[in-house]
Amino acid sequence: MRTHRPAPAVIDRNGLDQLVKLLIADGRTVIGPVERDGAIVLDEIESGAELPDGVGAETGPGRYRLHRRADRAVFNHAAGPQSWKRFVHPVRQRVDAPEEPRPLAFIGVRPCDLAALSVLDGVFGAAPHPDRRYQARRDRAFVVAVDCVEPGATCFCASAGTGPAATGGYDLVLTERVEGGHRFLVSAGTVEGEEVLERLTRRNATREEAAEADRALRGAAESMERSLPATDLRALLARSRRSERWQEIADRCLACANCTMVCPTCFCTTVEDVTDLRGGRAERWRRWDSCFDPDFSYTAGGTVRTSVASRYRQWMSHKLGTWHDQFGTSGCVGCGRCIAWCPAGIDITAEAAALAREEEPR
Amino acid sequence: MRRPSLAVWKLTSCDGCQLTLLDCEDELLDIADAVEIRHFPEATRRDLPGPFDVSLVEGSISTPAEAERIRRIREESGVLVAIGACATAGGYQALRNGADLEAFQRIVYPRPEAIRSLDRVSPVAAHVEVDYELHGCPIDRRALLGLLSALLNGRRPDLPAGSVCAECKQRGVNCLLVLGRAPCLGPVTRAGCGALCPAYDRGCYGCAGPAESARPEAIVPVLRRRGHGDAAIRRLLRGCTTAAPGRDSEGADDDA
Repeated sequence: MRTHRPAPAVIDRNGLDQLVKLLIADGRTVIGPVERDGAIVLDEIESGAELPDGVGAETGPGRYRLHRRADRAVFNHAAGPQSWKRFVHPVRQRVDAPEEPRPLAFIGVRPCDLAALSVLDGVFGAAPHPDRRYQARRDRAFVVAVDCVEPGATCFCASAGTGPAATGGYDLVLTERVEGGHRFLVSAGTVEGEEVLERLTRRNATREEAAEADRALRGAAESMERSLPATDLRALLARSRRSERWQEIADRCLACANCTMVCPTCFCTTVEDVTDLRGGRAERWRRWDSCFDPDFSYTAGGTVRTSVASRYRQWMSHKLGTWHDQFGTSGCVGCGRCIAWCPAGIDITAEAAALAREEEPR
Repeated sequence: MRRPSLAVWKLTSCDGCQLTLLDCEDELLDIADAVEIRHFPEATRRDLPGPFDVSLVEGSISTPAEAERIRRIREESGVLVAIGACATAGGYQALRNGADLEAFQRIVYPRPEAIRSLDRVSPVAAHVEVDYELHGCPIDRRALLGLLSALLNGRRPDLPAGSVCAECKQRGVNCLLVLGRAPCLGPVTRAGCGALCPAYDRGCYGCAGPAESARPEAIVPVLRRRGHGDAAIRRLLRGCTTAAPGRDSEGADDDA
């Protein structure tokens, strides 16, 4: 497995602050990870000092806990409850009025989330009907990716084929190293990235530094505890329509929609019209929706997917199966958010494995 | 053009949901302009006869007189909206369902024989056809304004059916259950409050009743796994919505 990009540069922790400052000076709204109310969330930052400082996250099915690390790592925490989709595909946006969003910069986009942005590009950006509001945010966003050297217990990006090393879709990519001096290997992926990199205080990485970063990423891939079954998931899901497993899952599923809210690729919306009391003003808003909401499949005559089993099946079959038919890729990037943030701890990798097991000859 | 007429009714309840209408301070003058208020005892002594284009009904049906009254209200109303946990799911007073009502009456009243109660407390929809329901204890001010705006403009109101969790995630509130901070009924509770309690680090106590097609009992193993005992879970689930349609009404008798 490759990884290291040709001749990376090295910046120190101050270099990261410098990067944030520079992107803000360029007129961008900078979004990055911040520690808030017991989790790492994504929000606008005004300086690099707001980024996490030695905070780690321990995750499991239905479980997430922050802890203090022995080092001062910025990016070593598994995916939190939010993803970048809320910045390119806002929770609620007015769709009957023009908008001029400020250019964004994303700091600390993990490989799974780079893949998720690419999946969303396929959903919103594709011809012949690209979503102009999505494109206005996405196309101008400057992306600083970060390799994942310490995957969480709920991560399975290696088996989803999206990580733990970033392979494209970024302007700059960082590999954070804490041992032997806190620093970041930096490489540019675009001309714009190169221009920004040239303005940073940096030095060249030694051959050994690049090799060591590669070893760390290989180790990260090998240490991942979870994986999707190595089978044609699209075919498996299509064959599993009548599986009894769906009801077994539904007995645990709360139908609360958390999995779809935290999923970095779930994109469904509904549209609401708003008027004032006198009817003199009307607005049209688009807001996130979920296939777990009973109204999601409401058509003339009522709700189509009345059972929880049918809703979970719809979600998982779309994510791992029919997404291929619709968009030419899987909808799952292996970030593990749906596992950690499911209050019932339902694990999509375990459920896919259970469906695969049902097919094994007895 | 004639202004639509509005009536606000109170059955067995605390008046908090009616007061939500008065809490619409910034919009109150607009409301008073947009509708003719014909009956609203919490706001005015004026009491004009029906019919009413829109009736907002607060409170549960707890007495024979209320059972009779709600029929009359229904007959006189174009659109009938049940507002709040009492009107939609029985309220706290429904905890007496299945308990020993006479014992309660003996404890509380010096002359219990003067009390006329129905055996069971029930929501408005158990007695008459209800056009729309606003859930919660009390109802959400913005939800009430949204409903009135929709009705006045001939739109179908946009009423939530899903869970509070979706509102937490959209608002950016971290999950209290997953973080182990508090027991929370959000996953099985109907949205509409904007995740008010979780946003203040308080677990959802389910005042809006079950989300549509949610099974409240599915939360039990989720809470047990996080170390909450059965007695605490039972108490949490026995809030103000035990008479919601589809819920097994549980009494308060063994919940000492």
